[in-house]
Amino acid sequence: MDLFQDFSRQQTRRGLLGTSAQGLGTAALASLLNPMTPGRAAATEPTRGQSDLPHFTPRAKRVVYLLQNGAPSHVDLFDYKPMLKEWHGKQIPDEIAGGKRFSTMTGGQTLRPVLSEITRFAQHGESGAWVSDFMPATAGIADDLCFIKSMYTESVNHAPAITFFLTGSEMPGRPSLGAWLTYGLGDSSRNLPSFVAMTSRDKEASCGQIFYDFYWGSGFLPSKYQGVKFRGSGEPVLYLANPAGMSRERRRGILDDLARMNELQYAATGDPEITTRIAQYEMAYKMQMSVPELTDFSNEPAHVLERYGPDVHRQGSYAYNCLMARRLLEQDVRFVQLMHAGWDQHRNLNTQLKIQCEDTDAPSAALVRDLKERGLLDDTLVIWGGEFGRTPFLQGKIEETETWGRDHHPYTFSIWMCGGGIKPGISHGASDDFGFSAVENKVHVHDFQATILHLLGIDHERFTYRFQGRRFRLTDIYGQVVKDILR
Amino acid sequence: MRTMHAPGSRTVRLLVCLIFGWGFSQPVATARAEEAAATTRVDFDRDIRPILSENCFLCHGPSASSRAVDLRLDTQAGLFEIRGETAVVQPGKPDSSELIRRIQATDTDELMPPPDSKLKLTQQQIILLRNWVEAGAPWSGHWAFTNPVAPEIPDRELTSSNPIDVLVRKELLARNLRPAPPASREELLRRVKFDLTGLPPTIEELDQFLADDSPGAYEALVDRFLASPHYGERMAWTWLDVARYADTNGYQGDRERTMWPWRDWVIRAYNENLPYDQFTIKQLAGDLLPQASRDDLLATGFCRNHMINGEGGRIAEENRVEYVFDQTETMGTVWLGLTLTCSRCHDHKYDPLTQREYYQFFDFFNQTPVNGAGGDPRMPPNLEVPSPAQEQQLANFSEQIQQARNKIKAREQQLNSELESWLAAKKNELLPSSKWVPLVPQTARAEHQTLTIQPGHAVLVGGPNPDQDRYEIEAIPDATPDQASLTIASLRLDALRHATMTAGGLARSDSGNFVLTEIRVEAVSPDGTARPVDIVSAQATHEQGNLKITNAFDADPRSGWAVLQGKFVDRDHAAVFRFREPVAWTPGMRFRIHLNFESPHRHHNLGYFLLSVSADRDAPLDEAALPLLQALRTPAESRTQDQLQLLQQRQRQDDPLHRQVTGELAELEKSRNALKQQVPVVMIMRDQDQRRATYLLEKGLYNKPGAEARASLPDWLPAASTALSERPNRLDLARWLVDPHNPLTARVSVNRVWQMFFGTGLVKTAEDFGSQGTKPTHPALLDWLAVQFVNSGWDMKQLHKVIVMSETYRQTARVSPELYENDPENIWLARGPRSRLPSWMIRDQALAVSGLLVPELGGPPVNPYQPEGIWAEATFGKIKYVQDHGDKLYRRTLYTFWRRIVGPTMLFDNSPRQTCSVLDYRTNTPLHALVTLNDITYVEAARVLAARVLREQTDTQSRLELAMRLVTSRRPSPEEFRILEGRLQQLQHDYAAHPEEAEAVLQIGEYRDPAPLDRTDHAAWTGLCTLLLNLDEAISH
Repeated sequence: MDLFQDFSRQQTRRGLLGTSAQGLGTAALASLLNPMTPGRAAATEPTRGQSDLPHFTPRAKRVVYLLQNGAPSHVDLFDYKPMLKEWHGKQIPDEIAGGKRFSTMTGGQTLRPVLSEITRFAQHGESGAWVSDFMPATAGIADDLCFIKSMYTESVNHAPAITFFLTGSEMPGRPSLGAWLTYGLGDSSRNLPSFVAMTSRDKEASCGQIFYDFYWGSGFLPSKYQGVKFRGSGEPVLYLANPAGMSRERRRGILDDLARMNELQYAATGDPEITTRIAQYEMAYKMQMSVPELTDFSNEPAHVLERYGPDVHRQGSYAYNCLMARRLLEQDVRFVQLMHAGWDQHRNLNTQLKIQCEDTDAPSAALVRDLKERGLLDDTLVIWGGEFGRTPFLQGKIEETETWGRDHHPYTFSIWMCGGGIKPGISHGASDDFGFSAVENKVHVHDFQATILHLLGIDHERFTYRFQGRRFRLTDIYGQVVKDILR
Repeated sequence: MRTMHAPGSRTVRLLVCLIFGWGFSQPVATARAEEAAATTRVDFDRDIRPILSENCFLCHGPSASSRAVDLRLDTQAGLFEIRGETAVVQPGKPDSSELIRRIQATDTDELMPPPDSKLKLTQQQIILLRNWVEAGAPWSGHWAFTNPVAPEIPDRELTSSNPIDVLVRKELLARNLRPAPPASREELLRRVKFDLTGLPPTIEELDQFLADDSPGAYEALVDRFLASPHYGERMAWTWLDVARYADTNGYQGDRERTMWPWRDWVIRAYNENLPYDQFTIKQLAGDLLPQASRDDLLATGFCRNHMINGEGGRIAEENRVEYVFDQTETMGTVWLGLTLTCSRCHDHKYDPLTQREYYQFFDFFNQTPVNGAGGDPRMPPNLEVPSPAQEQQLANFSEQIQQARNKIKAREQQLNSELESWLAAKKNELLPSSKWVPLVPQTARAEHQTLTIQPGHAVLVGGPNPDQDRYEIEAIPDATPDQASLTIASLRLDALRHATMTAGGLARSDSGNFVLTEIRVEAVSPDGTARPVDIVSAQATHEQGNLKITNAFDADPRSGWAVLQGKFVDRDHAAVFRFREPVAWTPGMRFRIHLNFESPHRHHNLGYFLLSVSADRDAPLDEAALPLLQALRTPAESRTQDQLQLLQQRQRQDDPLHRQVTGELAELEKSRNALKQQVPVVMIMRDQDQRRATYLLEKGLYNKPGAEARASLPDWLPAASTALSERPNRLDLARWLVDPHNPLTARVSVNRVWQMFFGTGLVKTAEDFGSQGTKPTHPALLDWLAVQFVNSGWDMKQLHKVIVMSETYRQTARVSPELYENDPENIWLARGPRSRLPSWMIRDQALAVSGLLVPELGGPPVNPYQPEGIWAEATFGKIKYVQDHGDKLYRRTLYTFWRRIVGPTMLFDNSPRQTCSVLDYRTNTPLHALVTLNDITYVEAARVLAARVLREQTDTQSRLELAMRLVTSRRPSPEEFRILEGRLQQLQHDYAAHPEEAEAVLQIGEYRDPAPLDRTDHAAWTGLCTLLLNLDEAISH
């Protein structure tokens, strides 16, 4: 199927509806009142995208971003550096680390002994990708993945670095990627929001990072573009359930008459905002049905559930969220932002890194396998990565293995992407022999963002929003599409 | 390449364009250009500058660093510059103007804007520029930076009309539009009451207004609403969004603050109609006013409402600089309508503001002693703001405490005079209270220092202050005659503080601490033979970490005992050493005691000490007894001050009256302190005496200071009427902002007010009056409003009144499809304003119409219904939401506790209150519907509204009419009546068949009906009221 044509058709249909909505007659409105009337669904697409989008044929329709908060250690997981073992315990050479800025936690530390990887690396698949033994499931799908081993960023602290990845700026206040996409491309799902965020953390809550709601915020864009946070406990969406004593049938009856009354009001005042409101109440009603269906895993085959691991049944876990992500993507939710905290191994590398991997490895891989089996991986972009990497040298004392750790490290780190227009089974870019600095085919955060937009059919330089007298872009004034990783 | 292109400049241009080359989808100025091209008169500021700003200023604008070929088109001089033979713009001659030639060039190397910038002029824009040059290229400055001039309005028009209407109609006429008929009385009453008080009209107000045909009826209504205390609450909300007010710091930790007395100040200021110039001055610089009152100080809380970052690992100065950025930029947005933020890092790309000028503004706010570390939500400077009741209570406490102190003092004077007689009477009773007998030193010496035996048997160390020393003391027990022979089982060492030691501590070391590395005891017979006395155990008042008391007799000369607890030693210490075998002491015997101080820590030699012994091997380490015993044994004339105090203390403890009065004092102080804990502390502004130097920060980085900048005002805006102080401060800044010569403040302020009443400002970009902002749709009206606002003495109520009294405001909002298509945003005001209520008003309405609302003004924030776990999830369980009960569930939304990292969930599209926000956030999404359909607040309000309707009326028709009037201010039409009645009947049937479901509905919410109604009816009506509360009309005005 030609995705571009598909998009264009949709645009035209939306365009028609958009024009006619202003003069929407009573007949058309009447059809809104009955949920069985086919015309109804069309009216529940109130958010249209920008008329000039997409700029070209998109390769991906959906995105799932598995954001590993806290920064996973690239040298222990994907970026294999035999040099570390050779240099273990010796001061990292000045020509590698001299003059670089670190967080206040090791900024004052003068001893910077190289720390060998604490895991075992092996090559996997036909592509021969190096993956550590902490990530067996990921190793199993290595031939589907594209590793980028030369990512680098600007910030050394968590919140600014995450904000930078998601909004293109370290300071809160700009729209996040998902919000940009809804603004640009319009609503994608009939029954669900287009942009959904979910969060989880390690069971021990070993790090205290907060998930700020501006991570999925709309910044200066209207708030309707912000991500809907599916919560990790209780109702997934706030105020989703009908109150006690208000059955779905009763609600239906009330909504029908509410729409009837609002229709009269529209006839009396001519304010088209009223027709949008009628549609939004319908969407709310649909979400009341579709969201609980999403969380009902009883129709998932046992072998699928097994892939995600036992945590899949625990609401708020990473495994649960991964399966939810697949179910959301199946419903054409365009952007699923899944965040997992706990990767911040300053003093507990030897204990906590394994736990982090156990919590996330199988579910991440299961999600990719599931998407592939359902034919969704072709047009779904999957991204796995943290906000920066970790130092190849030690934070702590070399003789105290219990408290070995690695500090924040922005100069190089590794992420992987797959599906939706990404070349499978490759590794892009490289860091130096110590895994300290990206040296070959460096990929900046803005390049990464430009590439994502590109896969969705958007030229990042032409996709702007005017605010406070300036045209803003996700990529600020930088960014180049990483062509080498595109199919 | 002719004159405009110096050799090699192509690269520069390309580079500049690459770096700043935005792609963009639609030329923003096109619509305006088309419109202007159609009319004959081209206005430079309205039609031409926006094209230049949009397409040229990036490389040929105010920013020197990004300027190409040293050409600027943002100034008159630059635009008409002549380089060699060529003029950039030659008035009247487009073909001799390089600018026109270049925008029409076919050679892509010559074309401007360059193709690689992705900017492109439309044909209309090119024609417009040509026409403008042809017409003589008239130039004028940016409209917003020149003073507003009130338009001339002919008297004959004014006699019958509000000037607003005259000016709006002029624009309507020009577009062949006509004003709409007046709104119905219901529509108008609803509109004006919500706009002025944020609350829905009551039935009484509706009846009265509908019945009052007198010409002054509407005005009387407006005056009444302006005088209502709820007016201040309504206006405060908008100001709280502007002021980024919240009840927590934001960021990780998100600690709670108590800024709400400032919020109450805002409400009072609006209700008392504090003129806007005063409102401005007090909030920006109230602390600097001569004889600043407590309210003036409180008002400056405005500046401190910014977020505070308490995250670990953050650099204090970086935080502090962030706070000052926020204060500076908030001032810029609120009063100047300028986006200062860009200039943190570089000169503004579109407006004349330079980076230096940014830091000149910054310097005004950079003078407080605020510390960026730690995230204290009461970070000084701050102000305690007790309520009047608390203030009265505190005053009462002060008085009572003073009285109690006087009583104590009087009693103590009395007791002091009786001390000697009391001692005489009590001495024997006091003496046996200790099992310790002092050792009276006979000789005391040290290797380096001088040891002096003091009255009362203590030993004082003086002379040089060596790194280490060894002491040797020979002493005999102070035995009374009947204790001629003794068995001695333990030795006690009292380390006493002395004024000659460091900080009045125990030794002349840096910390006042000592390290006793070894103690040895010998029993010396009268014949001189010395026998060692073994120490087997010991006990100390305190042991400093690993420096245990046992180290003092472990035969290791380096290890020792020390007592440091805090930064300095500020108390006495003691240790008891227990002997392996008791020593039988007979007269003539001596004890020889060796005390060694040989630790690696320098000067840690004990400075003042007392030795004593006990017959009891288990004699307790009774800290107080020994010094008292010493004091008792010292003759009155030799007593030290400490000893006198000790005796007095003992005497007072013995006195029942003294005990009673001190007990009273303690109680009073405890109660007062508890009260003080409840007194809110508001962060305010105060400048430190020492000026803090401000530097231009490279890229806005706190640790990259450049040249110094000092507080002053940009010279491209009119200067203040009065000269600035020698050392300009925030008061100068605030006065300049409200100076009649300031072209921005009045315009920016009236524009926000207009936005509040009409949904959109006359300048749509309320946050940006600079060259990239939109032009006013009604420039004359904006200027008229601004000028009259200043001339009225910045009278806010008058400004609000003149707007709501206008016929423009009073038009019906009904719109025909043709008119809607013509003017969807209602820019030309050919109809009245209609918009969804802000979410806080929707909640207030539900509370008001149901009768649940508790209309009390001000006070601490409250925690109404919110979903369970709402704070815990965001904070990993660290902060839990504790919902209030009773009246606190029904206060106006203004008083809902605002946690910054998880704002109140019932407010679906408010400003997030993180930074200053002057824009309207209203949106239309399914999540809103879920709130107003399912939130307990709304279900409960529907239930209580249903009960009210059932009680107040008896038949369905009257009940439906009442309910409809309460939520929409009007009666239902027959068709609406049929729909509602039909739904009601269905619900009644349905609930009659499911009584348990009816019961379930009626249990939602904590409010209990005084007298239960019929369950089926009540449940059905609750469903119907939910429908009514969700009507578009109910949530709009």
